[in-house]
Amino acid sequence: MTDASPTQAAPPPITGEGTFVQLLTPEGERLHHPEYDLELTDDDYRALFRDLVLVRRIDAEATALQRQGELGLWASLLGQEAAQVGAGRALRATDMAFPTYREHGVAWCRGVDPLTLLGLFRGTTNGGWRPDEHRFALYTIVIGDQCPQAVGYAMGVQLDGAEEAVMVFFGDGASSQGDVNESFIWASVFNAPVVFFCQNNQWAISEPLERQTRIPLYQRANGFGFPGVRVDGNDVLATLAVTQAMMQRAREGGGPSLIEAYTYRMGAHTTSDDPTRYRLGSDVEAWKLRDPIERLRSFLYKQQLVDAAYFTALDEEAEALAVHLRDGVRALPDPSTGSMFDHAYAEPHAQVDADRADFDAYLAGFAEEAR
Amino acid sequence: MTDTVTLGGAINRGLRRSLEQDPKTVLLGEDIGKLGGVFRVTDGLQKDFGEHRVVDTPLAESSIVGAAVGLSLRGYRPVVEVQFDGFVYVAFDQIVTQLAKMHARSGGAVRMPVTLRLPYGGGIGAVEHHSESPEAYFAHTAGLRVVTPSNPVDGYWMIQQAIACDDPVIFLEPKRRYWDKALLDETGSAPAGLFEARVVRPGRDATLVAYGPMVRTCLEAAAAAETDGVMLEVIDLRSLSPLDLDVVTASVERTGRCVVVHEAPVFLGMGAELAARVSERCFYRLEAPVLRVGGFHTPYPPSKLEKHYLPDLDRVLDAVDRSLAHG
Repeated sequence: MTDASPTQAAPPPITGEGTFVQLLTPEGERLHHPEYDLELTDDDYRALFRDLVLVRRIDAEATALQRQGELGLWASLLGQEAAQVGAGRALRATDMAFPTYREHGVAWCRGVDPLTLLGLFRGTTNGGWRPDEHRFALYTIVIGDQCPQAVGYAMGVQLDGAEEAVMVFFGDGASSQGDVNESFIWASVFNAPVVFFCQNNQWAISEPLERQTRIPLYQRANGFGFPGVRVDGNDVLATLAVTQAMMQRAREGGGPSLIEAYTYRMGAHTTSDDPTRYRLGSDVEAWKLRDPIERLRSFLYKQQLVDAAYFTALDEEAEALAVHLRDGVRALPDPSTGSMFDHAYAEPHAQVDADRADFDAYLAGFAEEAR
Repeated sequence: MTDTVTLGGAINRGLRRSLEQDPKTVLLGEDIGKLGGVFRVTDGLQKDFGEHRVVDTPLAESSIVGAAVGLSLRGYRPVVEVQFDGFVYVAFDQIVTQLAKMHARSGGAVRMPVTLRLPYGGGIGAVEHHSESPEAYFAHTAGLRVVTPSNPVDGYWMIQQAIACDDPVIFLEPKRRYWDKALLDETGSAPAGLFEARVVRPGRDATLVAYGPMVRTCLEAAAAAETDGVMLEVIDLRSLSPLDLDVVTASVERTGRCVVVHEAPVFLGMGAELAARVSERCFYRLEAPVLRVGGFHTPYPPSKLEKHYLPDLDRVLDAVDRSLAHG
């Protein structure tokens, strides 16, 4: 008898180091890469740091609001700020992005008020923003469904002859879904301008990466006929550099690509989850040393790009954002009962009209009784 | 402009006209291009409108629908074909989870003007998964509309109306009627709204409610009954979501008897909904319980047995007899 099941592969190396593009080490040392590099101004560095800090604050406030009973649920992005801000800032205004339900950092980059995200988790809406205005599709909860949609949208970009590209977000768990693999095939055979951005945060709720794959995820691209790159997902500079390059490649007709952002889900899957049941605290501690924000903070200090006044101003901005969320979420109006009938269809539908009339009559009965 | 055309040919002409009139209309499906579809319903369209508007897709039904959702977000009006009824379940998630709900999810900001063409139903001696009637699954899903033409004239107009609709429409094509012929006048406008039921044969003794492939069966049954002096009214529902109940109840109010006929299994089929609605609306006028004729609660059988599974003239008339036996 042996403990090892024959189907179990050796787990992939936890660090990913040596296999990924990295431009900023966990210690804040700036590296250069022969293929993927960045020319950033001092303001650019400061702006990226601001994004990371504010996005983490949004996440922390939302988690707290869930604990206070203001949200039914929250899916934390803690630890994935760099992957999302790096990718989000690589998008042009005319590009389109398709998120999962955890892309709060991308939503931030697309100009979606984070309060809108809270409405979704509070239960006041199932959507919340105009996808066409923000060029940011609605959150997708069923895993992987957004990938074929992103390819379809990209086919529309091709039909329009537009110099735009599409980025679709998904995770290591989603990489097992049929829809994700189908979308790789479609993108490949139509040479669609779409970048597949996989945040490998190592965990699909309780299931570790080795339950989804026996090879590094970025290598799957080879089999579908397009390039795959692994990037240090906790390095906002590397993520920005690689996503910028791949999006430009797509805009210019170079076709799809897969980016695996190697990162870690520092928190629970959602506020309903208990990760102590399935993973070691020591793993989480190890990943804390690779924190996406601290490495950029070190870099900014070392390069003397920031001073105390910068941090004071940023702290104040974060606090104001937190107040906006705390006050705003409690002020979010509950939708009217009748609103559930409003948009079941775009055009009138006899059954919806009949159901609404019946429900209105039922409610009116109570009003009469009360008289 | 009037000539004789099959149902398949009429749908082809309707598709052609939609492609001509709206440059945002694009067709996606397996084998719909060079081959013209396994039933030739898209014959010649790729040649005339190009590979970018009539797209032969990879063999992946879920992505056919998923891509249509994405194209809709981009402002296109996709018409997708899923080759056979039994293959649509592969795409069920994208249809039910995404296509049907996107408009509501967006609070009305996004429209999904997708038409999903689906050859359905039995009677062609096919292998398994090529003869099913999945309409109830889709009619049960809010956000989808479900329609089915029973004849070439409806096929021509209804496909254009479905494409013009800003909601997703499941367009069920009764495959065994693809070769039925009728005179078609392509001028003018559609003779009826997409979601209107029609009395296709007036009668006084009982109402037969049918749609798609069973309309012809019911008309034949009504013709046979007439020789016995029984005058059956036949209603072609045409739309399964929404249901045009006013036409049905107006008829049953007159006849007092109702038999619903479909190929799909009776258990929780469209007939269950119709029987309930008719009972609610016509309770005091009914002379007999609403009866249903349809498939059994079994998987669709091997084709050598399908003549026993599918309702035919005799089974329809048997139900009529049972209805007339009341009161």
